[in-house]
Amino acid sequence: MVGATAPAASERTDAPILAQVTFTVNGQRRDLELDTRTSLLDAAREHLHLTGSKKGCDHGQCGACTMIVDGRRINACLTLAIMHQGAEIITIEGLGQPDHLHPMQAAFVRHDGYQCGYCTPGQICSGVAVLAEIKAGIPSHVTADLEAAPQVTEAEIRERMSGNICRCGAYSNIVEAMTEVAGARA
Amino acid sequence: MKSFTYERPSTPAEAAAAVARNGQAKFIAGGTNLLDLMKLQIETPRHLVDVNGLGLDAVEPTDDGGLRIGALVRNTDLAAHPRVRRDYGVLARALLAGASGQLRNKATTAGNLLQRTRCPYFYDTAQACNKRQPGSGCSALDGVSRQLAVIGGSAACIATHPGDMAVAMRVLDATVETVDDAGAARKIPIAAFHRLPGDDPSRDTNLKPGELITAVTLPKPVPGTHIYRKVRDRASYAYALVSVAAILGKDGSGHVAFGGVAHKPWRVEAAEADLPQGARAVTQKVFADAEPTHENAYKLKLAERTLGAALNQARA
Repeated sequence: MVGATAPAASERTDAPILAQVTFTVNGQRRDLELDTRTSLLDAAREHLHLTGSKKGCDHGQCGACTMIVDGRRINACLTLAIMHQGAEIITIEGLGQPDHLHPMQAAFVRHDGYQCGYCTPGQICSGVAVLAEIKAGIPSHVTADLEAAPQVTEAEIRERMSGNICRCGAYSNIVEAMTEVAGARA
Repeated sequence: MKSFTYERPSTPAEAAAAVARNGQAKFIAGGTNLLDLMKLQIETPRHLVDVNGLGLDAVEPTDDGGLRIGALVRNTDLAAHPRVRRDYGVLARALLAGASGQLRNKATTAGNLLQRTRCPYFYDTAQACNKRQPGSGCSALDGVSRQLAVIGGSAACIATHPGDMAVAMRVLDATVETVDDAGAARKIPIAAFHRLPGDDPSRDTNLKPGELITAVTLPKPVPGTHIYRKVRDRASYAYALVSVAAILGKDGSGHVAFGGVAHKPWRVEAAEADLPQGARAVTQKVFADAEPTHENAYKLKLAERTLGAALNQARA
């Protein structure tokens, strides 16, 4: 059992309660001592200074904080950092850098898949994971035949990306970028 | 968010005991609903018991031809499981109609059953809400009630259970398996799992303090077309205004449960014999005791039409 213990006065003072966690972020091992309340998003942004992942709503509604954790996209704002002991975390910084873009980043640039750019790191992390989910045969709400392998279609992309909001409305260009990366036609 | 201590036990009984002995403790699994509520200080646990180290993540066939779903099976994995896609399509469809891809990757089977209402007055700490603060009143009764319950509510609460998965489990006659702090196991039929609000809306379910869900079991598959139809304000990533979970034959006979209408998935088995006669005959019985508000009376017609669409789909 692992645990975090409270200072005696914490019940009354609401003092921070600290816990240790070790995980890998973008291939690099990180050891942190954090307030138990720290979300994975805040751990990345405030403690590791990886500010690519954005805090939009902080309630899982907008998707700007999307990271890929142990191969799955999640809302980093709705999970505690200390719950990820031993996890492998990939943020937008780990997908690619300006001098070696991930294919999805390059496609977003090519197709103008953003305007202000605030939601873009989450869109790209989600986009990469969505194509992996389709490839892995995971069905969606719009998959007509639950027992058939889902295909990369515009309807599938739009449904699967519904957890990533873009207030600038770059959706159609995001669909084009993802479609290109998938090697399919929109 | 209020500060909290944290532990990660390694057995279900240990986890149940950790919550049972501390009145301010809560289990955390996916955390997607609990952390949302903690940020708003609607939930203020002072101790979190992380159950993610307990295993409980297998989907296995049962001896009687059914399926046993571990409490920690993620919504994505359950919807994608070959047996669920083949034999329990209504469950796969309900799961896929809920939340977003990111949330389904984290959210668990047990956590989905335990998610709290999305009544706007429950979420607004400046408003009266008997579910959030017992005895404070219910602002929803004379408030914006468009999304709220039309049946089974009380003078204290008209919140709805917000989930999709539980509606499918209701029509499938699922059983919730639990363990308590003494290590004793219990099986709760899904019909008796969620409560109606009555005069104590603070309790959503009939679980005892510290009682931990370990699995949900499904009986052997029911033949028929498995349908989950969800009507919502936008095409994806929104809660149901009305949903219909149904298993129907070509002649319309079968089973149906409704979501988005009550404090629990709403099913009236006695009305199901009327399914071949059409949607109206069924919904008249299912919603005979409905007490809608001026703002949500539309849900009664919507439920009839949504069931009608499901019947058309089954007959096609």
